[in-house]
Amino acid sequence: MAVPTLFGVAIVVFVLLRVVPGDPIAMMIPPGAREADIGRLRALYGLDQPILVQFGHWLADLAGGKFGNSISLRQPVVGLIISRLPATLELALAAMVLATAVGILLGVVATFWRGRWPEAAVDGFAGLAMAIPDFLWGLMFILALGVLLPVLPISGRIDPRLETNFSTGFSLFESVVRGEFAVTLSVVSHLVLPMVALALPLTAAVARVLKSALKEAMSQDYVLMARARGFSPWRIIWREAFRNALVPTVTLSGVQFAFLLGGTVLIERIFSYPGIGNLAIGAVIDRDLPLIQGVVLTFAVLFIALNLVIDMTYVLLNPRIRHG
Amino acid sequence: MAEAGRRYLPLGNGRVLFGAAVLMLLAAVALAAPLLAPHDPLEQDLLLSFSPPFWRSGADPSYLLGTDSLGRDILSRLIYGARIALTVALVAATLAALLGTVLGLLSGYFGGFLDAAISRFVDVWMSFPPVLLSVVLAAVVGAGLKAVILAIIVVDWTRFCRIVRAEVLVQREQDYVAAAVTIGLNRWRVLAGEILPNLVPTLLVLLTLEMGIAVIVEAILSFVGLSVASDAPTWGGLIQEGRLYINQAWWLMALPMACIIATVLGFNALGDGLREVLDPVLRR
Repeated sequence: MAVPTLFGVAIVVFVLLRVVPGDPIAMMIPPGAREADIGRLRALYGLDQPILVQFGHWLADLAGGKFGNSISLRQPVVGLIISRLPATLELALAAMVLATAVGILLGVVATFWRGRWPEAAVDGFAGLAMAIPDFLWGLMFILALGVLLPVLPISGRIDPRLETNFSTGFSLFESVVRGEFAVTLSVVSHLVLPMVALALPLTAAVARVLKSALKEAMSQDYVLMARARGFSPWRIIWREAFRNALVPTVTLSGVQFAFLLGGTVLIERIFSYPGIGNLAIGAVIDRDLPLIQGVVLTFAVLFIALNLVIDMTYVLLNPRIRHG
Repeated sequence: MAEAGRRYLPLGNGRVLFGAAVLMLLAAVALAAPLLAPHDPLEQDLLLSFSPPFWRSGADPSYLLGTDSLGRDILSRLIYGARIALTVALVAATLAALLGTVLGLLSGYFGGFLDAAISRFVDVWMSFPPVLLSVVLAAVVGAGLKAVILAIIVVDWTRFCRIVRAEVLVQREQDYVAAAVTIGLNRWRVLAGEILPNLVPTLLVLLTLEMGIAVIVEAILSFVGLSVASDAPTWGGLIQEGRLYINQAWWLMALPMACIIATVLGFNALGDGLREVLDPVLRR
């Protein structure tokens, strides 16, 4: 399932970046370049060969990990992506964990106090958090907590005055493992605003879906049984209804998970956060073709991997599929 | 809530009312922009740059919301920005809906190879983060309003395609379709004349929500600098400009943000309200 999708992704990227602009060289060169130079560039990139041959070469290069060099940054694309990817992964994972935890909490709270003000509050919050996209949340946070009431840093990933020589790009993780908590604190304070902005729409999705799934589960016979046996409402929600409500929650929030990952692109740009999303926008603005290609493919692979994980979680959670 | 909605006409639904009111106001502002705007949105007056808005001291009463770095009137730029936002919302969302619906109908009704091909393509297409895809597309196609609209269509048709296909699969098995086939209607007439009308409520809801998304995408592309020419007053462009002066004049960014948020909330309220009222499929 994932492999043909990946192949399709490769075709789309190829068509999008090589065929649609007519002449990819046109995207690379400054205006006013000489004909002879253009011709030399065409030959250098193999663009004078038939399109299928080009596609074959290109695919073989990708399979061999040859993504070429970034034109604007003059570094190998693979190296750039590897050095930036950990920052994006930490941001996305932190946001996902936050969103899932808070979303579950809100869903349960709304179910427990059904028909009272907590449910109305959760509904109102979810409506707003879903309607307003993550990048506007990010800008609002910058305005409110970075400028009007400056309590949190609004750009970068770490205080530049802090010296670190970490061996991986996972600054948050590595600083905790090494016990350098000053670094941890700095990374976390830089992470808070982009993380919350990213997490808000997913939080709302999880809360909403879980709430309606719990509502459904609470009307089932086994819940009635549990009630008749005098179990407390908390116990019924957590022990009986929750496990069954989790399946639709994972499935339906899956799309929102993917949106969160895609949202890192703009959020990183807004918060000048040094991940691959920020790299991607920079690449597009600089018309840096090899870098665009590398970043787009990386995101597609992440997307497909995320969807696989969601499918697998679904199987793990749903006993009917697991034993079927 | 769903039960309550069913009993009332759309106008009895609070969300529909709120959404419709916001959007009608917006449409009126966009249509009457030349009458409402106190200044030419492109007119610069460098002697009057960064004039503060009315609630701050030193405000110039003829510039109600103040001026930007080039002395252009913020209020007029916001008003003309509504035109661009609404144009993109209407055109891009409608065309995305058209493309997605046609492909979804064909895919769901005819099945077989066509269905496999379209579904596979949708899977591949949805493996790209939508924001990244539209940014790349806008860059490939070239800046400008047409590029923005094209990027939105090309990215977002899949939303319609998926849902329409799933819904056609359900409708196809209904008795009324069997009846239409039995009385000898050809397949195109069954699809266009019998099945399609049953999808209208679903499509209406999706279309409304998509318009909200289109406003956001336009803002994102202007924000990144890939939308219309940089002096054209788009809300996203205003945000980007305002962000440069966020420490001196925070309202430069806050005002266009408020416009976008109000518009998006309007489309969302209308879409969700319509869903409550009309749509048996998307209604949870």
